[in-house]
Amino acid sequence: MGIMKVKAKARGGNTDVKMMAKHVMETGQRKDKSGNTIPALFLSEIEVKHGDKVVFIANLGPAVSKNPYFSFSFAGGASGDTLELSWKENTGKSGTETAEIR
Amino acid sequence: MSMNRRTLIKAVAAGGALMSLGVLVPRLALAAWVKEAFEAKEQSAAIKALYGGDAPAESADVVLDAPDIAENGAVVPVTVSTSLANVESMSIFIESNPSPLAAQFIIPEGTKADVSTRVRMGKTTNVTAVVKADGKLYSATKEVKVTIGGCGG
Amino acid sequence: MKTIRKILLGAGLVILSQTGLSAESGFTLETVDPEADRLALQNYYQQRFPGVPLEDYVNGIYAIDPESRKQWDALMEFPPYEFDLEEGEELFNTPFANGKGYADCFDNGGIGIRQKYPYWNREEGTVKTLEQEINECRVNNGEAPLPWKKGDIAKISAYMAFTSRGQPFEIDIPNDDPRALQAYLDGKKFFYAKRGQLNLSCANCHLQGSRVLIRADLPGPMLGHPTHFPVVRSKWGEIGTLHRRYEGCHRDSRSVPLPPQSEAFRKLEYFQTYMSNGLVVNGPGARK
Repeated sequence: MGIMKVKAKARGGNTDVKMMAKHVMETGQRKDKSGNTIPALFLSEIEVKHGDKVVFIANLGPAVSKNPYFSFSFAGGASGDTLELSWKENTGKSGTETAEIR
Repeated sequence: MSMNRRTLIKAVAAGGALMSLGVLVPRLALAAWVKEAFEAKEQSAAIKALYGGDAPAESADVVLDAPDIAENGAVVPVTVSTSLANVESMSIFIESNPSPLAAQFIIPEGTKADVSTRVRMGKTTNVTAVVKADGKLYSATKEVKVTIGGCGG
Repeated sequence: MKTIRKILLGAGLVILSQTGLSAESGFTLETVDPEADRLALQNYYQQRFPGVPLEDYVNGIYAIDPESRKQWDALMEFPPYEFDLEEGEELFNTPFANGKGYADCFDNGGIGIRQKYPYWNREEGTVKTLEQEINECRVNNGEAPLPWKKGDIAKISAYMAFTSRGQPFEIDIPNDDPRALQAYLDGKKFFYAKRGQLNLSCANCHLQGSRVLIRADLPGPMLGHPTHFPVVRSKWGEIGTLHRRYEGCHRDSRSVPLPPQSEAFRKLEYFQTYMSNGLVVNGPGARK
């Protein structure tokens, strides 16, 4: 199962994208009950492609809130088109998901 | 340093040379995550690591929408937008955070220079949006108050 | 500019009785009149925050504080509970080991019923909450009960609330069972009784204290309080139940919290939800 929830709507020649990633965005600043630092674990990169074209890239630090949210808008895109979303964690773990434009 | 690293990774992506070897996975290679910038403890150092060169110039064309008083420092809605042309990237810095650089957004041609997100703020401090447009840096700054609420339960 | 205003302890009660539409309602079984209480509360808020439509009170503090509203609107662009809703639906539809499911335990398969909770259960002689019946459903089908305050139970409750969105609460106090009125009265007394080291009642913060700065917090109005639970609270960074919030409220006022789903908390929920009759189900919600 993916971590991305995407609401992409084609409107007036543009596509408005609102997306949320399910992620703890652990800062590396917190300590657990026994006083040990909880290691940082955060999404560091997100890339959104429409066809072959990259339409949005976010490079992130752990100051982005838990379950990171982004909204942006790009020219083009039609209802039924597919967006490709790639993400990477600071640990190197990565994934690619798709979402449909409505 | 950072510019060298970015250039290298861009070159790798363009050539695809290492891709086939699996040395790097440059799926997200258009603009690499700049470690030095994200890990810098001082805002000026973070800006320098991310962009190199001069400090950004305050500009009324950069619009930073953030609350005066954050309801909760863990989830502060921030929107950065600009009417400037040829925007390449927009980034958000939170001065007093342990690492001031919160996020950098790459704005490819055709994407509106208008991005919203939510950030964490440890305490009351300045939030700065930096926009790179036409190769130049512009900024807008706003103080956002973070309070410790009475209702912690 | 906001200034710190002093909470006028007890002022709310005075105003309440002054603006009561018809009958006076008291604190004994003989004098208590839930419907008079409910109308007096609506009247109180309409006089205190003129221009705020009653139906907007399902949005808590965001109904009456424009500054907070703006940030909340930004959050609601992509509500933080959406993942929880999705998981809640999945959990709700996942059969137990015996092949049965939550749908088998509730009227109408558990869909669109949130507005009837909590309710007076005549057979058991007690107030029943939705979360309580979610766990009873599990136990009756051989599953372990879920912890009350957060996690799966809050997600399932969120999904069930969501299927009732827009339905007006219809909490009933059957008048042929005086124990039901007693439960309401106990809830009302609990709401107004001072407790804890800070000597605060629920009403001090959430009636008189509605949108009055308490340190840096603006407490939400009592009217509509339970309509938007469970909530994802920024403070928690996750979803939690109404009784988790009750517990937190107790700690905030330095009193020893009762356990979630204790009889006193269920009666409080009964009272509070009755007071929100006519307002619609708006859960799950997002709060600071």
